[in-house]
Amino acid sequence: MDRFLDSFLNAKLIAATWPAILSGLLVTVEIAALVVVTGLLLGLALALLRWRAGRWFTWPLMLFVDLFRAVPPLVLVLLIFFGLPNVGIELSSFAVLWLVLSLVLAAFAEEIVWAGLIAVKRGQREAARSTGLTETQALLHVVLPQALRLAVAPLTNRTIAITKNTALGTVIGVPEIINQATTAVSFSGNATPLLMGAFAYLLLFIPVIGLGRLIESRFAWRRQ
Amino acid sequence: MSTAREPSAGRAGSLRPPHPLLDVRGLRKSFGTVEVLKGIDLAVSSGELVFLIGPSGSGKSTLLRCCNRLEEPSGGSIWFDGQEVLADRIDINALRRRMGMVFQSFNLYPHMTALGNVTLALRKVLKKPRGEADRLGMAALERVGLAHKAKAYPGELSGGQQQRVAIARASALEPGLMLFDEPTSALDPELVGSVLQAMRDMRAAGMTMLVVSHEMRFAREAADRVVFMDGGVIIEQGPPEQIFGSPRQERTRAFVSEVAR
Repeated sequence: MDRFLDSFLNAKLIAATWPAILSGLLVTVEIAALVVVTGLLLGLALALLRWRAGRWFTWPLMLFVDLFRAVPPLVLVLLIFFGLPNVGIELSSFAVLWLVLSLVLAAFAEEIVWAGLIAVKRGQREAARSTGLTETQALLHVVLPQALRLAVAPLTNRTIAITKNTALGTVIGVPEIINQATTAVSFSGNATPLLMGAFAYLLLFIPVIGLGRLIESRFAWRRQ
Repeated sequence: MSTAREPSAGRAGSLRPPHPLLDVRGLRKSFGTVEVLKGIDLAVSSGELVFLIGPSGSGKSTLLRCCNRLEEPSGGSIWFDGQEVLADRIDINALRRRMGMVFQSFNLYPHMTALGNVTLALRKVLKKPRGEADRLGMAALERVGLAHKAKAYPGELSGGQQQRVAIARASALEPGLMLFDEPTSALDPELVGSVLQAMRDMRAAGMTMLVVSHEMRFAREAADRVVFMDGGVIIEQGPPEQIFGSPRQERTRAFVSEVAR
C-alpha cells in the first residue's frame, strides 16, 4: 500500500510538479476554448452554406467531412506537423493542434447541425416562406432554432470528446497537461504527475459537462 | 351575384380591377412523370369564397400550392392582382405576403409564442417596429378569439387553437387572398367548429378565399362557388346548390353522394 501511495500520490512530487501541471492546464484550456469556438462556428457555417448551396458545394464538403471524421486526429496532427514544413509551411505545434482539432470538430458539427436542419418538418419552412420571409430569414428565424435544439446534446458530446483530444498535442510538443505530466514522470520515474494530470482534466471537464446540461435544458421549449 | 361584394378596402385606387383577383390559366404540374394538374382554368373574383373539392389525389392541394409557388408549376399562367405570378422577375416574397396560406398541419413555429408566430413576418417582412408588430399581432389574435393565449406556446394549445393562431399569422399581413389547404382535416371533430367560425368571420369581413376542404356542410353554407376536381382537371363548377343538389356530371354526382353518406 505504501508503495502504491508512493507511486501515485507522492506528496513531495505533488508539491514540486503542481506549477507545471497548472501551466499545462492553462494551455489546455486555451486550446480547448479556441477549438470549441472555431470548430463549432465553422461547422455551423458549413451546414448553413450547405442548406443554401447546391451540389457544387456539397460534394467537396462531403469529401472534407468524411476525411476528417474517418482519419484519427493523431494521424492528422502528425501528418500536418511533420508534413507541411516539406512544402514550405511552418506552423507552430500550438497552431497545428488548434487547426486539426478545429477542422475535426467542424466536420462533426456540420453533420450534426445538418441532421438537425433536415429533421425540422418541411412545413415549417413552407409556412415561413408563405408569409413572405426569404429563404435566409426562414432558415435563421424558423428552421435553425429548431435544428439547434435537436443538435445541442450531440454537439455537447462531440465538443467534450474533441477537447479531450488536446492531449494529442503532447506528441508534437505542445506544453499542455499531458506533456507537462509525462515530462515530470520521466524525470521522477513516478506516476504521481499523471494522476495529477487526470485530476486537472476532471477540474476542467466537470464544469464543461455541467454547462452542456444547462444549455440543453435552456434549449428545450414547452411542448405537449 | 357572387362578385357583388366590394373589393377589399384600402388598396390604392378603389376601382375594381378589370380582371379577377386570381386568374389561373392552363395550369400544369408534373411530379416526375406523373402529371398532377392537366390544364386548370380557374378565376377567383375579389370577395369571393371558392371551395375546391374532389377525391384525394385529384390535385386540389397542388393547385393551391402552385398559386404562391410553394410548388413550381410546369406550365400555364397565374395572375394575381394584375401581376404575373410565374414571371421570372417577380418579387415572390412580396407576392406571398399578400397571399395568406393556412396549412392542414398548422405549421406553427414551436419555439415561439402565439404572438411571436403572428408577428415574425410583420417584423421581418414588413419591417414593423416591435411595438407596432405586437399591436397588430394582438389585433389579429383578437379576431380569432385568442388574445388571451398570446403568450402560450403552440404545444400548450389545442389543435383548433393552433389553427386559429395560424389563421391570425396569415391574416395579420392583411393579404388580398387567403388560401386554405384542408384547414380542419387534422382536427378532432369537436375542434372543427371554432376554426370554421374564424373562417366565417373572415368571410364576413370581405376576404377573398380559396379553400380546399372536405367540410361539405360549410361549403354549402358559405361558398359562392364550388369547384369539383378529379384526376387533375376541373370536372364541374357552380354555386353550391348546383354541385350538391343537381350536379351535371356523373363523376360529381358519384363524389357528392359518396361524401354525403
